[in-house]
Amino acid sequence: MGTLLKRHRWIAPYALLAPGILWLLVFYVYPAFQMFVASFWSGSLEKGFTFSLANYTNYTEAIDQFAPQYLRSIVYAGAATVLTFLIAYPLAYTIAFKGGRYKNVLLFLVVAPFFTSFLLRTISWKIILGDTGILLGPIKELGLLPEDFRLLATPIAVISGITYNFLPFMTLPVYVAVEKVDFRLVEAARDLYAGPWRPGGGIAGALVAGGLAAVLGIVFAWPWPILAAGAALIGGAVGWFLVSESFIRVTFPLSLPGVFAGSLLTFIPAIGDYVNAEFLGNPDTRMIGNVIQNKFLTQNDYPVASALSFTLMAAILVLITVYARILGTEELTTTGRV
Amino acid sequence: MAPVDGAVAAPGAGRASARRRPGGAAVGRLARLADRYLLLVYTGLAVIYLLLPVAVIILFSFNDPAGKSNFVWQGFTLKYWLNPLGVAGLGDAVWLSLALAFLSTIIATILGTLVALALVRYSFRGRGAANSLIFLPMATPEIVLGASLLTMFVSIGSPPFFPLNFFTILLAHIMFNISYVVVTVRARLAGFPRHLEEAAMDLFANEWQTFWKVTFPLILPGIIAAALLAFSLSIDDFVITNFTAGKTQTFPMFIYAKARIGIPVQVNVIGTLIFVIAVGSVAVTTLAQRRSRSG
Repeated sequence: MGTLLKRHRWIAPYALLAPGILWLLVFYVYPAFQMFVASFWSGSLEKGFTFSLANYTNYTEAIDQFAPQYLRSIVYAGAATVLTFLIAYPLAYTIAFKGGRYKNVLLFLVVAPFFTSFLLRTISWKIILGDTGILLGPIKELGLLPEDFRLLATPIAVISGITYNFLPFMTLPVYVAVEKVDFRLVEAARDLYAGPWRPGGGIAGALVAGGLAAVLGIVFAWPWPILAAGAALIGGAVGWFLVSESFIRVTFPLSLPGVFAGSLLTFIPAIGDYVNAEFLGNPDTRMIGNVIQNKFLTQNDYPVASALSFTLMAAILVLITVYARILGTEELTTTGRV
Repeated sequence: MAPVDGAVAAPGAGRASARRRPGGAAVGRLARLADRYLLLVYTGLAVIYLLLPVAVIILFSFNDPAGKSNFVWQGFTLKYWLNPLGVAGLGDAVWLSLALAFLSTIIATILGTLVALALVRYSFRGRGAANSLIFLPMATPEIVLGASLLTMFVSIGSPPFFPLNFFTILLAHIMFNISYVVVTVRARLAGFPRHLEEAAMDLFANEWQTFWKVTFPLILPGIIAAALLAFSLSIDDFVITNFTAGKTQTFPMFIYAKARIGIPVQVNVIGTLIFVIAVGSVAVTTLAQRRSRSG
C-alpha cells in the first residue's frame, strides 16, 4: 500500500476525498436529482408513483396555487436580512474595533443562543411577545397600548423571530470582515482630512442610517407612519454622530464581502424556514416552507411538494451563482465561519 | 476626535465663539460622548436581546404551571429539576439525540477532516468541483435537504417504501455535518506551518510518523472545534430530522410534538442542562488551548 501510494502520488488527494465526497454524492446530489424526478410523478403513496414528463403540470399547479406563499417568503426573508444587517453591523463593528480583551467573550455571547434548542428559543419568543407577556404586559398596564394590541400571530412576530434566530449568521461574517480592515487605512483617511465630523461624512451617514432606520420603522410600525418618520429622524441623528467620512469611504467598503456573505447566510435559511411562521404566525403568515412541510409530511402529496421545493432550490441556486460570480465560492465559505 | 472649534481658546474668547455658533460645543461634547459610549451601550443591549430567550428558557424551567402549557409564570419550584426525565418518552428522545449526535459527529469529523486535508494539501484536477460540492449543502435550505432525502427514501422499493428510522436520520446528519467540518478544519489548515513537516521529514520521519507526530497535533484544535460544531448542529437539528425520522423521536422532535398540547417543564430543564454543558465544554476547551499555547 505504501509503495503503491509512493509510485502513484496523484492518487493521494482522491483517496482522501473519496469517502466524504461519495457521501455527499449519495446523500446530497442524488436525492436532489431524485426530488427533480419526483416532481414529475403522479399517483399516491398507497398505489405507487409513475413518472411522466406530462406531469410538468405539478409545477404550474404549485406556482399558480402558492405564488403568495413564495412572495411572502421572499418578503419576510428579505426584511429579516435587512434587519439582521442593521442590528449586526454596529455589533460586529464594536466587537472588532472596541472589543479589546473582551473580544472573544463577546463573540461567544453572540453564538451562545445556539447552545439552546432552536425550537425552544422560538417558543420563548411566544412567551416574550405574548398578548400579556413580558414585553406587552407592562406597556398595556401603563395604558400606553390598547388592550387588543398584539404582536404574536402577526407578520411582525414572524419577521422578528427569523431576525433573532439568524442574527449570528450575519454577525460572524461581518465581524470577520470588519476585523480584517487595517485600522491604519482609517487613520490615513483621517490624516487626509476625512474627519469624523466633515459634513460629507455626516450627511452621508445621516442619510444611510436614516434610510435604514426608516425601513426598520416601516417594517415594525407600518400602521403608524409617524413612528417610521421618527425612526428615520433618530436614525439620521445617530448616523450623523457615528458614521464618519472615513467609515463611509474606507471601513464600510472593505467590509462589504462580509456583508454579502452574511446576507446570503441569513437569507437562505430564512427563506426556507417554517418554524417561526408556525409558532409565531397565523394562517395568513404561512411561508413556502410551511406548505412544503405540510404537503410532504401530512398530505403525502410528494409530486407537488417536490415541484415546490425544487423551485425553491433552483431559485436559490441562481441567487448563489450570481453571488459566487461576484465573490468566489472560496470567499463565501471561508468568511462565513469563525 | 470631535472638532474642538474655538472652545480651547482663552475662556472669554471661548464664550464668545460659543455665542457665535450656538450648540457647536454642545454638539461636539455629545459627539464625543456618543463616540465613547453609544456603541458600547448598544452592544450591551444587543447581547441582552440575544440572550433574552435563553434566560426565559432557564427561568421557565423553575416554573410551576397550573395547566399543561408552560407560558405564564405561576411560581417557583424545583420539582422538575429533581425529576428531569419524568415525562413519558422524554428520556428515550434525549438518549436517541445523544447517540445520534455522537455517531454523526465521529463519522462526519473523520470524513470531513480527510476532505479538508486533500483540499488544502494538494492541487489536483477537480478541486474546484469538490469545493463547490462542499459548499452547496450549506447553501441549501434545510427544508430542501430534508425533502430531497425523503423523496429518495420513498423512491427506494415499492410501497410501503424504505423504512424511516434512526439509521436514516444518521445518514442525513452525517451528510449536513461533513461540509461544516471541512470548512472548520480547512480554516485551521490554511495557516499551517509547512516547514515543521519538512523539518520532520529531514529528520528521517516517514510520512506516517510526520502526520501523527507533527501534522495531527497541530490541526487537532481545528478538529475539536469542528467536532463541537457538528455535535451541536446534530443534537439541535429539527427540520432535516423531521423529514427523515418517520416515527422516531429525537429531542427536538419531542419538543415539536409536544408544542401543540403544551410543553412539559422538564423540556426546559433538559434544554438548560444542554446549554450549561455546552457552554462549559467550550469554556474548558478554550482555557485548555490558551494554556497549551502559553505553556
